[in-house]
Amino acid sequence: MPPARRDGSGDRAPVVSVRGLWKVFGPKADRVPDTPELCGLSRRDLMDRTGCTAAVRDVSFDVSPGEVFVVMGLSGSGKSTLVRCLTRLIEPTTGEIVFEGEDIRAADEKRLRELRRHKFSMVFQHFGLLPHRRVLDNVSYGLEIRGTGRAERTRRAQEVVELVGLAGYEHSYPDQLSGGMQQRVGLARALAGDPDVLFFDEPFSALDPLIRRDMQNEVIRLHHEVGKTMVFITHDLSEALKLGDRILIMRDGRMVQCGTGDELVGAPADDYVKEFVRDVPRSHVLTLRWIMRPVRPEDALDGPELGPDVVVREATSAVLAADRPLKVVEEGKLLGIVGNEEILAVVAGTGGGE
Amino acid sequence: MAVLTERATARPAPVRNTRRIAVAAIVAGWLVLWLILRGHQTLELGTSDLTSLHRWFNDFNDAIGADRNSNPLFLYFFNEIRLVIDNLVTFFQGLISQPSFGRPVPAIGWLGVVAIAGYASWALGNLRVAALAVGGFVFFGLQGLWQESMDTLALTLSAVFVSLLIGIPIGVWAGLSSRVNRLVTPVLDFMQTMPTFVYLAPLTLFFLIGPASATIATLIYATPPAVRITAHAIRSVPHTTVEAAESLGSTRRQTLTKVLLPMAKRTIVLGVNQTIMAALSMVTIAALIDAPGLGKTVVKALETLDVGVAFNAGLAIVVMAIVLDRVTTAASVRAEVAGRASRNSVRRRRAGLVGAGVVTAVCVWLSYTYVWASQFPEGAGLGDDIARTADSVTRWAQSNLSGATNGLRDAMTTALLNPFEDVLTGSPWWLVGAVLVALGAVLGGWRAGATAAVCVALIVASGLWRDSMTTLASSLVATVIVMALGVVVGVWMGRSAMADRLIRPVLDAGQTMPAFVYLVPFLALFGATRFTAIVAAIVYAAPVTMKIIADGIRGVPETAVEAATAAGSSTWQTITKVQLPMARKSLTLATNQGLIYVLSMVVVGGLVGAGALGYDVVAGFSQGQLYGKGLAAGLAIVLLGVMFDRITQAAAQRAAGAPSGR
Repeated sequence: MPPARRDGSGDRAPVVSVRGLWKVFGPKADRVPDTPELCGLSRRDLMDRTGCTAAVRDVSFDVSPGEVFVVMGLSGSGKSTLVRCLTRLIEPTTGEIVFEGEDIRAADEKRLRELRRHKFSMVFQHFGLLPHRRVLDNVSYGLEIRGTGRAERTRRAQEVVELVGLAGYEHSYPDQLSGGMQQRVGLARALAGDPDVLFFDEPFSALDPLIRRDMQNEVIRLHHEVGKTMVFITHDLSEALKLGDRILIMRDGRMVQCGTGDELVGAPADDYVKEFVRDVPRSHVLTLRWIMRPVRPEDALDGPELGPDVVVREATSAVLAADRPLKVVEEGKLLGIVGNEEILAVVAGTGGGE
Repeated sequence: MAVLTERATARPAPVRNTRRIAVAAIVAGWLVLWLILRGHQTLELGTSDLTSLHRWFNDFNDAIGADRNSNPLFLYFFNEIRLVIDNLVTFFQGLISQPSFGRPVPAIGWLGVVAIAGYASWALGNLRVAALAVGGFVFFGLQGLWQESMDTLALTLSAVFVSLLIGIPIGVWAGLSSRVNRLVTPVLDFMQTMPTFVYLAPLTLFFLIGPASATIATLIYATPPAVRITAHAIRSVPHTTVEAAESLGSTRRQTLTKVLLPMAKRTIVLGVNQTIMAALSMVTIAALIDAPGLGKTVVKALETLDVGVAFNAGLAIVVMAIVLDRVTTAASVRAEVAGRASRNSVRRRRAGLVGAGVVTAVCVWLSYTYVWASQFPEGAGLGDDIARTADSVTRWAQSNLSGATNGLRDAMTTALLNPFEDVLTGSPWWLVGAVLVALGAVLGGWRAGATAAVCVALIVASGLWRDSMTTLASSLVATVIVMALGVVVGVWMGRSAMADRLIRPVLDAGQTMPAFVYLVPFLALFGATRFTAIVAAIVYAAPVTMKIIADGIRGVPETAVEAATAAGSSTWQTITKVQLPMARKSLTLATNQGLIYVLSMVVVGGLVGAGALGYDVVAGFSQGQLYGKGLAAGLAIVLLGVMFDRITQAAAQRAAGAPSGR
């Protein structure tokens, strides 16, 4: 059942636009993307033939302003390399990266530094804090190296420290804080420079599950409050579904599928994605659009109405309470009908989009 | 995949078995041939006999001596270096040990030096080490060794100064660039594995006998730890942190000064500690080429077998080692915690330091102005008491323990040393050579075999084959004992945290003590024999092997041991079937280090009756006509070292499990 595409925010110019990005490690890496024959090889064969590892292969995507864009994949899928290529912490082999209309790959060292200081910042899995500096000095590090005066940077650092909920810990050293709090420092440091885009490299993988959930909620809250564009790397599907407006799934350096959470669950591009999303509670992700059926003549059409983007879970009680099927209506147009059968199939885990 | 795992598990066992059989066959064949060919073609050379090579070295030395002031290489290079270093040493000596600046006494007298030592120890470390430093320095004076101690200190300080000046920047560079690191590492390996005495002889060729050569030799020995540890410190800053700093737009300079150096500071200070300890131990050894100071006192006393005086000076060296070690260790701890102190305690400390600074300045002024504060009052005479006590203890030991010690010595000599020596020196040179090459090839691969062949050829060419084999025999005996001790103690330390806590400080102390000092008590117990030298070498080499093996045992994954215990292994089975095999790489490395350390004690052994190469080197320093022979002997030691280093390293790499090892 192919759903009509839900329009995200594609009408505005993307903040980050990536085309045909490759990163190959190894001797004479640049010939690999240029040789069609080598491009087709599996990772293992490529290693045997050329001694090279292709960490990122021919990846293209756009990130819209204000969006949370998640890159998901298992370890070794190239996702961390990908995010480092975007800020050129790792130099890409070929491809195009355009940031707010500017070709990042053409930037010289100075311009790149400018961009890193003002336009984007990154949060790391293992925090990367400076153990010899207090929390406040860690947070203000980025301002310090771009030459902001002490009073100003302390004021700003204090502001973000409060924003991430670390007030009272300004003068602690990182090793006196718990993992979750250390990552809050990392988050504050990234926010301090007021960047346009935040990159997160598996920021919560090293944290306990409960703290991880706290931090995810923190990111959602911050996203509401400061409205930054975010590129988020994770290996955790539930995290991806929870945070991501759109999700890009990577495997062996290639992109397998890119879409919203319900698209991945409702219409997995291949068996790999299908296997991935198998255990996702479908009623939490799928929307009515995915389970509605066309109107049949015998249907009673005086049931309640809901939009197509309502998540199944939220519609369940309404459908089950009504004695008639529920109408899915978008802009006054009747798209289809959802009855008890459809709802129960999803909740039981058998129906919807397969 | 199935094929792969099969290959991985099935292959090594038969290879190792055939290797073991091959080694056994080689040794058996050697013994058979030795019985037949005993005493033929052993390339013997009398004590005062010279080969043409030795004469050529002598001539070369004379030629250089004659050319020293005309050859441009010397005029503009070696002599310049010598001048700079000489000036530096003279400056330090003038400050604290030797009459200078037209005065009959050094610029700063004992009171000033003691005050400065205390003040610096407090400022860099804490009050406790300051007290230790003051106590230690006063003790030198009481021993009657003030000037000698200050000479040693001046030489050590100049060498450390230059070492750090060179070592830290190179270390930082090597830490930042893996290409530089790859370039520097083999050079450092070479500098460190080369037995320390060996470059003394060639250095005197270029820089004359005296403080300059001593300082340069010390530099060679003391710079590698500074480079290595600095590079390691920079390198072990977590990658994420550096990446985070870069992602925020740090320039390379900002990353270096705000991230890398502060985070590496503590480890770098530990590197300074290692450098100082290495320098101190080398400065005392450099007494052999006429470096002034405590070492000279020890050497002179050893030459006349005056145990009391040697002990007194040795004690001063140990005290100085302890003081310098503790102060720099405290400094490295301080480097970590300094920033974290509360504001109040910082203020209090600062006020205290200012006060102490004033007191120190007054002391320095007093010691500059008044004789009583300049020259340590005589007649304190603690030194004589110490020497006398040591002498009487020695006499007592000699008369009362001689039964036991002589018995041990004779048993070892006849049961282990003599047979080894008979086989090595009694076989024709080509037989031993072939055996060495074959063993190298079997254990370490064809490359190690080729190295062994080259080394054997060069040793034969040095004209000192017979002496080399004698030295090799005692070195092998020492290494075998070192390994036995190492395995026993290392396994114990590796298995018990308690044992480790108790033994490790003792080993550390053993390693920081300059090599010489060991000789004194053993000389007293065993007299001047080969055996004394072997014992000294064992004491010197055992701590390293023990530590390496202990770390290897500890490095065996907990789960493997747990699994073995769960399967019902006895302790003995766990050790022999799990821990030792899994620590194989450490065992090989320990053998390597053990042998190298033993070899580097060969020359020291030469001072106390080890004979052979060690004696050749020592004699070469003191007698002009034997200079060339001594130089050749030094080279032969290096060749032995290189040969065994390569073989054991290659074997270690194999043990680490390169599947198709070369």
